[in-house]
Amino acid sequence: MSAGSPRLAAAEPPTGSGPALVPGSPSPRAGKRLRHHVVTLVVENKAGVLVRVAGLFARRGFNIFSLAVAPTHDPRLSRISIVVDVDSAPLEQVVDQLDKLVNVVQIDELHPLDAREAELLLVTVAVDGVSRSQVIQLAEIYGGKIVDVGPGAVTVRLASAPEALDDFEEVVRPYGILQLQRTGRIALPKLGYES
Amino acid sequence: MELTGAQSLIKSLESQGVEVVFGLPGGAILPVYDPIIDSSIRHILVRHEQGAGHAAEGYAQVTGRPGVAMVTSGPGATNIVTPLANAFMDSTPLVVVTGQVATQSIGTDAFQEVDITGVTAGVTKHNWLVTNARDIPNVVAEAFHVATTGRPGPVLVDFPKDVANSLTTWEEPGPVDLPGYRPPAAADPAAIAAAAELVLAAERPVLYVGGGVLKADASAALSRLVELTGIPVVTTLMARGAFPDGHRLCFGMPGMHGNFTAVTAMQRADLLVALGSRFDDRVTGKVSSFAPLAKVVHVDIDRAEIGKVRRPDVAVVADCRLAIEALLAALRERAAARPGALDPTRIAPWIATLDEWRERFPLAYDRAPAPDARGGPPPLKPQYVIEQLRAATPEDTVLVSGVGQHQMWAAQHWRFDQPRSWVNSGGLGTMGFAVPAAIGAKVGRPDRMVWAVDGDGCFQMTAQELVTASAERIPVKIAILNNAYLGMVRQWQHMFYEERYSEVYLSPDLPDYVLWAEAMGCVGLRVTSHEEVLPAIEKANEIDDRPVVIDFRTDSMEQVYPMVPSGLSNDEIVLHPSQQGLAR
Repeated sequence: MSAGSPRLAAAEPPTGSGPALVPGSPSPRAGKRLRHHVVTLVVENKAGVLVRVAGLFARRGFNIFSLAVAPTHDPRLSRISIVVDVDSAPLEQVVDQLDKLVNVVQIDELHPLDAREAELLLVTVAVDGVSRSQVIQLAEIYGGKIVDVGPGAVTVRLASAPEALDDFEEVVRPYGILQLQRTGRIALPKLGYES
Repeated sequence: MELTGAQSLIKSLESQGVEVVFGLPGGAILPVYDPIIDSSIRHILVRHEQGAGHAAEGYAQVTGRPGVAMVTSGPGATNIVTPLANAFMDSTPLVVVTGQVATQSIGTDAFQEVDITGVTAGVTKHNWLVTNARDIPNVVAEAFHVATTGRPGPVLVDFPKDVANSLTTWEEPGPVDLPGYRPPAAADPAAIAAAAELVLAAERPVLYVGGGVLKADASAALSRLVELTGIPVVTTLMARGAFPDGHRLCFGMPGMHGNFTAVTAMQRADLLVALGSRFDDRVTGKVSSFAPLAKVVHVDIDRAEIGKVRRPDVAVVADCRLAIEALLAALRERAAARPGALDPTRIAPWIATLDEWRERFPLAYDRAPAPDARGGPPPLKPQYVIEQLRAATPEDTVLVSGVGQHQMWAAQHWRFDQPRSWVNSGGLGTMGFAVPAAIGAKVGRPDRMVWAVDGDGCFQMTAQELVTASAERIPVKIAILNNAYLGMVRQWQHMFYEERYSEVYLSPDLPDYVLWAEAMGCVGLRVTSHEEVLPAIEKANEIDDRPVVIDFRTDSMEQVYPMVPSGLSNDEIVLHPSQQGLAR
């Protein structure tokens, strides 16, 4: 499988710009990303809650870009971070409908500018004798870690701001992405913005 | 004291004050049907689970108390999905208990297994799968709490057979602990103050009254608001009876088949005070041209309704009764501080305009139809039947309807003067609603006469529940407006499909409704001419020991007017042919 695999190609819009991206620099897609809002839900940690949340999105015609869910520090509660396409529905309507779910204890909407966001990426990149060190070097620049090494590929783990993950994807894409999994973004309010 | 889970469930229902359960047993719910024998709860055995659900809805709509239905797993449970969806749309409090296969069998495609909590997640306020008999009292208490508070609605409790059979103890449930469920109650004073200012400034205000006023038992408060302000009222399909039609400021029903004055009042208004109404597409017509001149105050207990369709100028998220009372207080305060603030002459020209419209564009139909082409008697007009029925029945009669032309004629031509005297399927538009809902209504209000106006198409969907009514001695009365068609579909084909009638003819004689009624233990009557209408109704009114069905053979060609064609602006309202061309 090469970097031009149809599945990945379809999922990623062409950027046109070269891979000369530095961590922290504004991504060429930053403007587009403001269509997204992060909605974080604190939900009761009960069977079927995720289905209720996801089902509500489907039923009301709201689009989800990504979704992350795990228990909080309080084992009775889980936190779900959903990146919502605010073009698909007014954010207020999404929040109000979610708030009606009996298992949703708390709901916060976060504008990307008010949020600390993070995401985790695992990517297996095709390498040969020449490119192996280049990929390892790129991973280091982005603060990633090589978690697996094979004869023709390395797997990189990178936890960072979602935009940095986007950038890293672009810089390794020319080498050939064999497999890629991202967790979807999670977020907490920036300190000082917390309600 | 030890008891079974099944006994705990029945005891929990009793402790919630449940008097009647509509249901039908089956394998998975079997254990629960044993303690019913010893319970104070009356169980009414329906003939189809859909009937149990609609009967529970009828009960809830007339009493204001939650309707309760109990059915088995699998097909029993899926058969009650339609009533759940109906109750969800119309905000009717319903508690449905479904049997479920034993917990160790869940997920194995066991006999009569369906993931009913999954199936009904989108049509219930919430649902529960009980996995431990210890939880029963609390789950039942939570279920009733969620169904009846905030914006009411249906809930479902799924009850596995092994949980029903296991031994447990019963304890009085503690306070309901649902950290994510916080229905609003009182109104925000700032929003009320802003609403009051808009009311005082308006010259062409309309109170747009929806079903939320009935849910909140706010009719009396609404009357005080009208008396204080003199603002005219329109009542939506779900709110008929929330404000008396006989009041001079009641201008009836707006919407797709609303009367000209109610529809046009909203179009010309400079202020809409929406009380427990949700800007449904059947009311607004084309949203972008709905009430274009109006500022909007939107009072609703469900925050998600605010701005869903129309962005209000003032939003009041609160119980309708509390909101109206707060608005009354705010208005009185301002009137005291600013004498003349509520001067009725400010809106007098507006009321005069509405009165003039009402005079010129009343609901119309052909009251003296010509004899039919073959020289037979003139066709019986369905509107005439409803007017005669209203005139011949007690003031406090409960009227129930199915869905279609007959429903619209009933909503238009009946005079509703009391809250909770009108039971119909509004949001979902469920054909077949009337017969079982009438049964539930009569069980809830045995002191009232209960009439259902039904269509021939609707009647055929759920008529078997008249067997239930006969067996249980529930003397409901059904007026079938038998026009031999799926009439509303026919009307749309007439208007929008160049009279190409596709699959809408039903035949007036097949089935024979009189024979069918009698086979089900009812009295069956047939009416074919104007002269027979009143005597048949009077005869039906005298029968109180069994159900009555009257087969009214009505004019197949009759259309519901006025009509705002789907997707058009309310300004495009089409009047009865006899009124078309009158200058507006």
